[in-house]
Amino acid sequence: MAINIKDPSAIQEMMKGLWRDNPVFVQVLGMCPMLAVTNSAINALAMGIATLFVLVGSSALVSAFKNLIPKQVRISLYIVIIATFVTVIDYTLLALVPAIHKELGAFIPLIVANCMILGRQEAFAAKHSVGFAVMDAIGMSAGFVIALFALGSVREILGNGSLFGIDLFGAGFEPWVIMILPPGGFITLGLILLFFNWVTERKARFLEQVVAAEQARG
Amino acid sequence: MTTEQQSLEQEPSSTKLALSLAFAGLISGIIIISIFEATLPTITANKARELREAVFKVLPNVTSMQKLQFDNGKLRVRSEKGADEDTIYGGYGSQGQFVGYAVEGAGPGFQDTIRVLYGYLPEQRKIVGMEILESRETPGLGDKIFKDMAFVANFADLSVDPKIKAVKKGTKSAPYEIDSITGATISAKAVVRIINEARAHWEDRLPAPGNEPKLELVSKKAADEGKGDTSPTPAPGN
Repeated sequence: MAINIKDPSAIQEMMKGLWRDNPVFVQVLGMCPMLAVTNSAINALAMGIATLFVLVGSSALVSAFKNLIPKQVRISLYIVIIATFVTVIDYTLLALVPAIHKELGAFIPLIVANCMILGRQEAFAAKHSVGFAVMDAIGMSAGFVIALFALGSVREILGNGSLFGIDLFGAGFEPWVIMILPPGGFITLGLILLFFNWVTERKARFLEQVVAAEQARG
Repeated sequence: MTTEQQSLEQEPSSTKLALSLAFAGLISGIIIISIFEATLPTITANKARELREAVFKVLPNVTSMQKLQFDNGKLRVRSEKGADEDTIYGGYGSQGQFVGYAVEGAGPGFQDTIRVLYGYLPEQRKIVGMEILESRETPGLGDKIFKDMAFVANFADLSVDPKIKAVKKGTKSAPYEIDSITGATISAKAVVRIINEARAHWEDRLPAPGNEPKLELVSKKAADEGKGDTSPTPAPGN
């Protein structure tokens, strides 16, 4: 079912994944790859793109066959579909970019267990048309990529003094080794969540004030 | 009766459920097999190329290589059928003269098995190069065993007698010592241990200097053509 790209609701379905319903910052899903592979910007980006491929593919399939999938076994079927896409991307990366595949290691097969992907099938793809499901999947994975990349670049800059492997500070910089290790991931994620909630709260309070001011005037 | 009928309508039979799962599994299987078959040649070629490049990297001044195998108490050119274990690589110069061995070793690192390839000159009893073939060490820390050029350079001219030893960074004083990596001591020590173990394993198996297997032309051609995995003509039977 083709949809018009300029359709405002389709754009909305896509945009909501970036900020309002960001899978990582708002829904706090997909934490395993989030913390595990974000110790450098390039790893974070590769993981994000692999997830994008899997999520868009599975969402399209699930949405296309939603009427044929028996309710009782839908979760198992979703997992079979997701696992197939993950295997495809696993072998493709191994053949095309062995160096990045080496870095990501065990975390590519683990995309199967990313609850964000299964969550989107159950919450969205199974109830909407293919076009909307794909838009939603693109938006959600884009939000996931942004989150991974934000965490990955902060951790790489502080923990290694570089971004995409390019040295930023010269020899005088003493890397904060902890940022590359798991605790650094938790600390950075916590700070980013704090910032995100702070912005959201301020925005809500600002809107409240606007409404109150208008009521007072009216 | 009516409730039973209703529930029958709502609940598809278990055969139908099983069939739909089996069908999905079948399709998925076909897709996975096709992608596996489609990428296998590239993946195998990548691995063979990586290994060949590594052999030329760890042994300077080498222009061709062949697989050697320890079999029945003697090191000989590896036959087509031979198993992959107990295989090392002989490196030869442009005149076909023997230069040194490239030996693979593996062992536990900080997270997972590390596979190491090192170049060894038996006449001088020296290690002249080291490459990490596979590792899952912590990015940014443990992966310095191949990213930190100062650490890798330790292995460019390293005496193996009595034994390689990792010492604190900056305190290397003897020809058999290597400067460890700050923050990645376990990974650095693992590399040293793997090399020591591989060396102990091969110490008595290598022939006396001068008696190394001769380079067979087939293998030189194969190496030049980029078929690193092609073995030379079968070794004479015994």
